[in-house]
Amino acid sequence: MEKQLRTDFKKIIESSNFSEKEIIKKEKYLNKFIQNGFPGKKNEDWKFLDLNQAIKSNIENLDYFNENLPNEVDPKIYVDGLEHNKIVFINGRIEKIDFKYEENDKFEIKDQFDNESLLNDINSLVDLNSALTSKYYKIQVKEHYTVKKPVIIYILTNSKISSKNINIRLDFDLKSNSSLKIIDYSIDKSESNFVNIVYNFNLAKDAILKNYKLDKKENNNIKYSYNNINLDTNSVAENFILSLGSSFIKNEINCNLIGKYSSAFVNGIFNLDNNKNHEIRTSINHLNENTKSYQLIKSVLGENTKSAYQGKIFVKSNAQKTDGYQLSKAILLSDNSEFNAKPELEIYADDVKCSHGSASGSLNHDSIFYLMSRGLNYKEAKKLLINGFLLDVVEKITDNEIKNLIKNIMGLKE
Amino acid sequence: MRDKQVQDLKEYKYGFSTEIDTVKAPKGLNEDVIKFISNIKKEPKWLLEWRLKAYNRLKVLKEPDWQKPKYPKIDYQDLYYYSAPKSFKEKPKNLDELDPKLLETYKKLGIPLQEQKRLNGIAVDAVFDSVSVATTFKDTLTKQGIIFCSISEAIQKHPDLVKKYLGSVIPITDHYFATLNSAVFTDGSFVYVPPGVRCPMELSTYFRINASDTGQFERTLIIADKGSYVSYLEGCTAPMRDENQLHAANVELVALDDAEIKYSTVQNWYPGDKDGKGGIYNFVTKRGLCQGKNSKISWTQVETGSAITWKYPSCILKGDNSIGEFYSIAITNNHQKADTGTKMIHIGKNTKSKIISKGISAGYSDMTYRGLVDISKNAKNSSNYTQCDSLLMGNKCGAHTVPYIKNKNSESNIAHEATTSKISEDQLHYCQQRGLNSEDAVGLIVNGFCKEVLQQLPMEFAVEAQKLVGISLEGSVG
Repeated sequence: MEKQLRTDFKKIIESSNFSEKEIIKKEKYLNKFIQNGFPGKKNEDWKFLDLNQAIKSNIENLDYFNENLPNEVDPKIYVDGLEHNKIVFINGRIEKIDFKYEENDKFEIKDQFDNESLLNDINSLVDLNSALTSKYYKIQVKEHYTVKKPVIIYILTNSKISSKNINIRLDFDLKSNSSLKIIDYSIDKSESNFVNIVYNFNLAKDAILKNYKLDKKENNNIKYSYNNINLDTNSVAENFILSLGSSFIKNEINCNLIGKYSSAFVNGIFNLDNNKNHEIRTSINHLNENTKSYQLIKSVLGENTKSAYQGKIFVKSNAQKTDGYQLSKAILLSDNSEFNAKPELEIYADDVKCSHGSASGSLNHDSIFYLMSRGLNYKEAKKLLINGFLLDVVEKITDNEIKNLIKNIMGLKE
Repeated sequence: MRDKQVQDLKEYKYGFSTEIDTVKAPKGLNEDVIKFISNIKKEPKWLLEWRLKAYNRLKVLKEPDWQKPKYPKIDYQDLYYYSAPKSFKEKPKNLDELDPKLLETYKKLGIPLQEQKRLNGIAVDAVFDSVSVATTFKDTLTKQGIIFCSISEAIQKHPDLVKKYLGSVIPITDHYFATLNSAVFTDGSFVYVPPGVRCPMELSTYFRINASDTGQFERTLIIADKGSYVSYLEGCTAPMRDENQLHAANVELVALDDAEIKYSTVQNWYPGDKDGKGGIYNFVTKRGLCQGKNSKISWTQVETGSAITWKYPSCILKGDNSIGEFYSIAITNNHQKADTGTKMIHIGKNTKSKIISKGISAGYSDMTYRGLVDISKNAKNSSNYTQCDSLLMGNKCGAHTVPYIKNKNSESNIAHEATTSKISEDQLHYCQQRGLNSEDAVGLIVNGFCKEVLQQLPMEFAVEAQKLVGISLEGSVG
């Protein structure tokens, strides 16, 4: 692995134009990754989902250098029925940026390298991302500007890809009293690649972020996504994760509630079948007074599937009046399905209200009986119950347009 | 000097030590010490081999380090692994032969060993440092066929039973401290309840660490044969010493078909002084095996003592329809630390488990509930209910919850709830308005918070535990 990494790293450096200083930095991250390798079961954070094993058994000859051949963007991929701005990544390279709905001087994308935005000491995958990304992009929303239409970030892979690993890195800077809605939309046509996505958000005072992640299309990729969100006073971050398509995916969200009255929401849905293995890990750090967080994660698990939820609420000793809530629920439909949860509380302040709950089990037989006695057959009854179970999470989405889009994508009925 | 001692004793009234001549094994951990222990206890050869096997395994094991409370490295070579009152070279036949100083010690602790003075009929096995000093009410129990004695005695008199069950729940290949115990355990209690017998009285063991630089490694083995019932109580104290002392016990419970074991602990080891100096490291392995159908094991614990408490009384629900229960109150004050909880491992069909855990932290203390609920593929129709609540007093302490929940069966249900909060101002106000001072008000509210667990304790223990809850929190309000 090490040899391949080093030669590919060299190729990446040669094909881009990084400064001397940047290269030294990148090399440091590379060495750190080589030292730690891919995380496996022995790592507490990866206890339920062994990435090392998954990569070993699914990806032959993992390599990292993609020649970045230009691709045509097929307009057919665009989401219908929702006016939106676009950023299109194909095989890890930006092919199209379209912000036609926005004022140019209020909303911009820069591709400059910014030392301060690097994330240190998080995990080896973020280190790998920092070492191998060939470009950094920073999206900036200026003061008092509300981005009019949602930004959809299309992340595509296709058969033209020449490496087995893609690293994507984006930074978002929301200045005070600004607001932004983004949707991550994955469409994969490649097989067995390791996709590593890292986003970093900085929310200034009174900023609002709505961050939706949709992984819908069936594919055989292994994915990891890490989002770090720093929230200043009175800012809000709403996150929603739809975890359906990839055969292996782990979504990680880290929220630092730094300013007073800031709040974070994380809602997620797993609806899995056919040997899928998904996880959501959140850590919400309450670092100041009067901060709030709410998390709701629901799973429906079919044949041979596994989902895991690791959620942590941390409350610093000065973060009095914290309100933290966390609930995870799972329905197991098959004897081969498995649900793992580790809802964790770490609390150092006394005047707080923190609670978590977790429940897992089968579909309620009484409810099925009730529906069948009213004329539905077993399949319909089951579908209706699952529909209601998942709808609950989708209803938490505060943006109506996007809520309806997600309902359509999932085929949920009201 | 004396004033200070008196003051300290007020804070922890069991903090005195008894001056008594002792026989000790040479300091340190090596094969010779293990042979010494085995020899002085006149153990059969198989047991010595078993101990040495555990010791060899220990040499390659590493101390676990994933726990929340960290502690300075323990020098295992600087400990005495065996300490016994000198008068014990030959075990006294009856209480009259017992060293009066020992009787005095237990009287001070409120554990009368004189049977005639007992009114409420609890049979007691008292363990002093490394050896069991006395077991009461033996005759009454023998009539019913119940064996209740020290484990050393059981090894001599009932070797078949010991050989069959020792290490069957906690094998010598277990984690570091359990294996250490297997290598050097000195004494403990042994209970065997024959088929169909309902034990007529509560059985109780009282542990006391007296000598300094001693680790206490007792081993308890309780076997409930088919259709039997036994309720067992455990209490412990230690003198106040400035250095930390290690206590690494193993407790194994085996319940056969239709049997039920109820195990209650009131742990009040010396917690260290208010600056966190001294105190016991309580690293105990407790595990129960519901081997038979319809068997039941229930753990109840009140943890108020020890500088560090690190234990997870667990149930392996192997038999179909078996039930595991865990009720716990853990209180930490000053600089105490606790990392405790349970494991419920569902293997058999229709198995049920229930976990109620109440944690209270005050002062500069740190408390963690860590638990595992694992429902395996074949454990059809099983269910678990977990509730863990924490109460915080002040913003210098911490309360943490780390549950692991694994469900691999689509016909089984797991429900887990946890809350963390402080005592509400309204409740305090209400109590104070009715004439209670703030400390009494807190005591009352805390007792209400713990009620669900306190109710599970046998009567005599419940009263004592209730008082203990009050004492442990003294000075933490305001």
